[in-house]
Amino acid sequence: MIEARELACRRGGRLIFSDLAFRLKPGDALLLVGANGTGKTSLLRLLAGFARPAAGVIRWDGEDIAEDLAGHRTRVHFLGFADGLKGLLTAEENLAFLAALLGPGAEPLARALEGFGLAARAHRPARTLSAGQRRRLALARLAAAPRPLWLLDEPGVALDREGRARLEEAIERHRARGGIAVIATHGDVSVRDPLVLELGDRSAC
Amino acid sequence: MLKAVFALLARDLRLARRRAGESLLVVAFFVLALTLFPLGVGASPDILARIGTGVIWVLALLAVLLGLERLFQPDLEDGSLEQLLLSVAPLELLVAVRCLAHWLGTGLLLALSSPLLAILAHLPSEALWALPLSLLLGTPTLTLVGAIGAALLAGSGRGAMLAALLVLPLEIPVLIFGLAAAEALIAGTDARAALLFLGAFFLGALALAPFAVAAALRLALE
Repeated sequence: MIEARELACRRGGRLIFSDLAFRLKPGDALLLVGANGTGKTSLLRLLAGFARPAAGVIRWDGEDIAEDLAGHRTRVHFLGFADGLKGLLTAEENLAFLAALLGPGAEPLARALEGFGLAARAHRPARTLSAGQRRRLALARLAAAPRPLWLLDEPGVALDREGRARLEEAIERHRARGGIAVIATHGDVSVRDPLVLELGDRSAC
Repeated sequence: MLKAVFALLARDLRLARRRAGESLLVVAFFVLALTLFPLGVGASPDILARIGTGVIWVLALLAVLLGLERLFQPDLEDGSLEQLLLSVAPLELLVAVRCLAHWLGTGLLLALSSPLLAILAHLPSEALWALPLSLLLGTPTLTLVGAIGAALLAGSGRGAMLAALLVLPLEIPVLIFGLAAAEALIAGTDARAALLFLGAFFLGALALAPFAVAAALRLALE
């Protein structure tokens, strides 16, 4: 369970949001919506433990994550705008590395690649993949290394309709296993019964 | 956790193999820069023999500084650094492994190619093993200390030049004792003190630099 209270974020001296609060149970999905610059990515980075909030606390199962940020980061999958892939490595090598880095308890890599329709391209260097295929490869690591908290920043970007369907299916499977997903989106990804947090209008849910 | 560490080492070495050209560029700089000295100071063999050891050590230092840009910047740009931060292995350990992989592609190659430079500079035959030995002991420290500068400036967009300036003063002791060791070995005098200092610098850097680098990288991602 992850809980945020009175959360505020400051970047470059400017208060991006303040007094944010939400609580997510296992199986919940939170959609972050709002215009550009309202702090969706900043909130995800706070939740990942990359940055510290200007005010407020984030609690995981009741414990303040600031007390053990390194430990908290091992619970997190973070998918940002950069894919975290090396163009000179093949799709499979990229995924094998990320799975080992983020491990343990990975599901077979072949199945993770298959799950995002990349089985036929496993041995191609990542730089020869299209933007959508690279995105799929980045998403495959979510399945290859199980972690309870998924933080996805615009995961639908560059994906075709079939890719988005696979992504939504992966999110639902993750939730069914008791995982939590926080997804910043401009409406191209939809999940079942989401909680919605609209940034920029200071609402809470 | 160890699996993550070895996975990073294997990945970095594989990447280094696939862009072997970049490592060869460092060696090419090392060799070509030396060939400029006869043009600058005159080709008389006794001048070269007198300044050769120092020149080669300074060039090795510059070559290491030149390579610093590739240490963290690519990972920061493509998002790999965030994944390293999320790893089950501590960032300090991953940083040490990254420096090791980087050194294998720079410092080790410089040390191995230094006998060639010794011949080019007309150094006595003792230099054929004395130079590589002193470089083997000194360049890991250069890399570890340089990594601090590279990490501090990663993401600031100011690049390697400023990082080089920043760490240059910290690299000077390594240069002094590396040179002292090489020259003592060549002259056949007692090199033990200088070698022990080099070893001590290395152990100190190995113990401290990964923590400084990891802290700087965490800041870069904030």
